[in-house]
Amino acid sequence: MIPTSERELTDAIASATGPLALIGGGTRGVSCAGEPLQLKGLSGVSLYDPGALTMVAQAGTPLSEITAMLAAENQQLAFEPSDLRRLLDTSGEPTVGGAFASLSAGPRRIQAGAARDFLLGVRFVDGLGTVVSNGGRVMKNVTGYDLVKLLAGSYGTLGALSEVSFKVLPAPECIGTLVWEGLDPARALSVFTGALGAPFDVTGAARLPEQGEQPARTLVRVEGFEKSVKYRLNELGKRFVDLPAPRVICTAQSQDQLWPQVRDVQPFQGQVGNVWRTSVKPSDMLQVMALSQFQHVVDWGGGLIWTLAPDGHDLRADLRKIAGHSTLVRASQGDLTSLGRFAPEPAPLAVLSAGLRAKFDPRGILNAGVMG
Amino acid sequence: MEMPPPDAQIVARKSAVLARLAQVLPADSILSDIAETRAYECDALTAYRCPPMLVVLPHTTQQVSEVLHICHTEGVPVVPRGSGTSLAGGALPTADCVVLGVAKMNAVLETDYDNRFIRVQSGRTNLSVTGAVEDAGFFYAPDPSSQLACAIAGNIAMNSGGAHCLKYGVTTNNLMGVTLVMMDGQIVEIGGAHLDAPGLDLLGVICGSEGQLGVVTEATLRILHKPEGARPVLIGFDSNEVAGACVSDIIKSGVLPVAIEFMDRPCIRACEAFAKAGYPSCEALLIIEVEGSREEIADQLARITAIAHHHNPVEVREAQTEDEAARIWLGRKSAFGAMGQINDYMCLDGTIPVSELPHVLRRIGELSREFGLEVANVFHAGDGNMHPLILFDANKPGDLETCEAFGAEILKLCVEVGGCLTGEHGVGVEKRDLMRHQYTADDLEAQLKVKDVFDPKWLLNPAKVFPLHVTRSRRAPQ
Repeated sequence: MIPTSERELTDAIASATGPLALIGGGTRGVSCAGEPLQLKGLSGVSLYDPGALTMVAQAGTPLSEITAMLAAENQQLAFEPSDLRRLLDTSGEPTVGGAFASLSAGPRRIQAGAARDFLLGVRFVDGLGTVVSNGGRVMKNVTGYDLVKLLAGSYGTLGALSEVSFKVLPAPECIGTLVWEGLDPARALSVFTGALGAPFDVTGAARLPEQGEQPARTLVRVEGFEKSVKYRLNELGKRFVDLPAPRVICTAQSQDQLWPQVRDVQPFQGQVGNVWRTSVKPSDMLQVMALSQFQHVVDWGGGLIWTLAPDGHDLRADLRKIAGHSTLVRASQGDLTSLGRFAPEPAPLAVLSAGLRAKFDPRGILNAGVMG
Repeated sequence: MEMPPPDAQIVARKSAVLARLAQVLPADSILSDIAETRAYECDALTAYRCPPMLVVLPHTTQQVSEVLHICHTEGVPVVPRGSGTSLAGGALPTADCVVLGVAKMNAVLETDYDNRFIRVQSGRTNLSVTGAVEDAGFFYAPDPSSQLACAIAGNIAMNSGGAHCLKYGVTTNNLMGVTLVMMDGQIVEIGGAHLDAPGLDLLGVICGSEGQLGVVTEATLRILHKPEGARPVLIGFDSNEVAGACVSDIIKSGVLPVAIEFMDRPCIRACEAFAKAGYPSCEALLIIEVEGSREEIADQLARITAIAHHHNPVEVREAQTEDEAARIWLGRKSAFGAMGQINDYMCLDGTIPVSELPHVLRRIGELSREFGLEVANVFHAGDGNMHPLILFDANKPGDLETCEAFGAEILKLCVEVGGCLTGEHGVGVEKRDLMRHQYTADDLEAQLKVKDVFDPKWLLNPAKVFPLHVTRSRRAPQ
């Protein structure tokens, strides 16, 4: 089924007699049993107000269409939605609804936030075919419960998004990055801590692993007007005089080759193995990396660690003593079944989540089991 | 404004409930005498008052859990309370309820500068969170005007904002985790020092749920390093439209100030009379603050004033010194006090798309004449969060009702133009009955279902947020 209006989406869900598998662009590798319900037919931007930093779009609108419209006004989606097609070997066109439903969050998570922090309003169709609206298109809104946050990252298990309103931000004139080569994890963490604990509005702090001849790279990013970027890079550099001098890269956003490597986990593209995404307290990064000889891509100043592990390996078992959670982003169907894509929630939270799903989708037909 | 009548059966059991609470709480944590409970009869929405049946002020999460467990088994409604600064009546009691105040729980539990968070008990005031970390150069970003008094518990309940959230976001964007006590007494941990939940974003729906889903006793908050410096510029215009267009142009230019505040002529006049900040006499005034090093500030202010000059400002005043900066902010920060000196006032906080600003201000002026009450506007223009202050005389019969009717029309106008009823104060009782103007019955039902899951007996702050007729069957004794 490919509904082309909210009305058709409502009919499709209300008249469903069995499980439905909601599909945005189908690029994030999340699938489940059920009749495919494609959301790409709900497409188009209905409002874009650059002076108010807001956009309203149907959920199936391609992200590429949105980023092109924003770029024409020198604006951007500040949560840096990832493009995981090459990592996951998927094809198709990522949609804006998919970016929000999967809680996309790139390197700027530590400064600007995740997709959830930019979603202002939703319209969605619940499991009984009822249209629900929540939030709106203004940046500050505490009118009633924040179902917007609940829908962000719910992977279609509470409802099918039909429309999203979101906040956008100015695109930076210049991206500046300090690159240190060959720092071990402990020294990389000290760079992250020093940079993020300084008054220079750092928007990225990441580490790419050693790749062939290329040594591991520790990256710190600042963005804004060129003069300001150069000033802050210089000030940041002074804070790490005990380290070898970093390479300094200043570039326009369209020319940036570095940060998409972090955002889209480029080092693991085309490599064999399971890909895990672990969120921890930044300083716990060292423990996570010390547990194994696996390759890691570190983002969020140490708070996010992508790990390439052998098939069948249970990374969660290794990390059970560390507060946080690991998601199995790429694996065989067998491993996804035995290990589970998402970390199990603590029991009392699982009860609440199950209770919410039972209220919004009492028949249990929307992306059933996708989140465990 | 109607509140549900107290349940006589509960009131009749007051001494039995008191006896059970006394078993789990020290004596200094229970108030039962009317002379003491009267202090809790209202919050900052002082037009409505009702002393609660009992007040409890626990010291620990465990005590909160025991109190809630007792109230749950006794079927007694509980009204959670932070510092009681809600402008929406979020902490307004009923005569059959237990007010659960977290004021005694105000400790800092953990500060971690390397990982940039602080964990506090929820009774701690907003400003004292920053106070606990500022010696190390850090701050907690959300800054509601009441930050000297308001508690983190209330900030989380209302998802509070402030003047600087254009850059730093509101409470929900700075909240990493909570310890939540459910109505049945169960203690749950949600989130923590790591980011983003593996499952549904329960933290996101708890923030802003106005104390209806659980009682937050501890919170993990994101802290940031302070910028090197900050400086405001004041720009006066001879029309609201032009000031609104200037705001829009600044935002479009790619400069992102930390605050853009807007005052209209009635507000400028009142503030000037009260605080003597030296504001120009004009129709509209913007205060725009930017942050960074001295050079970065100069560069951003140059961009902003260049844009402003395209709009023929009547005055552009850049602060050159700390003292000048303080004077620019002085009038704005005195706005509520200035209004209070003139008269009683009601402060609304509907939010609108910035592009609708001129239309909405014009219409508010027309409504002001229709209702015969003066109104002054001061608000966070960067994010469209209005603060119309309607002046009335509480001693004049009928004036409060006229003021409320006027306020309701302004909020309906906000919704009509694509905005919302409340941007940062919350719904409470004040805007409860207006919810149907923003949401359909199905939209409201979806929200009620969330409360059904967290608080199936509807005992937590039950008469708030939703129109009473919508929740009546759920609130009925079960």
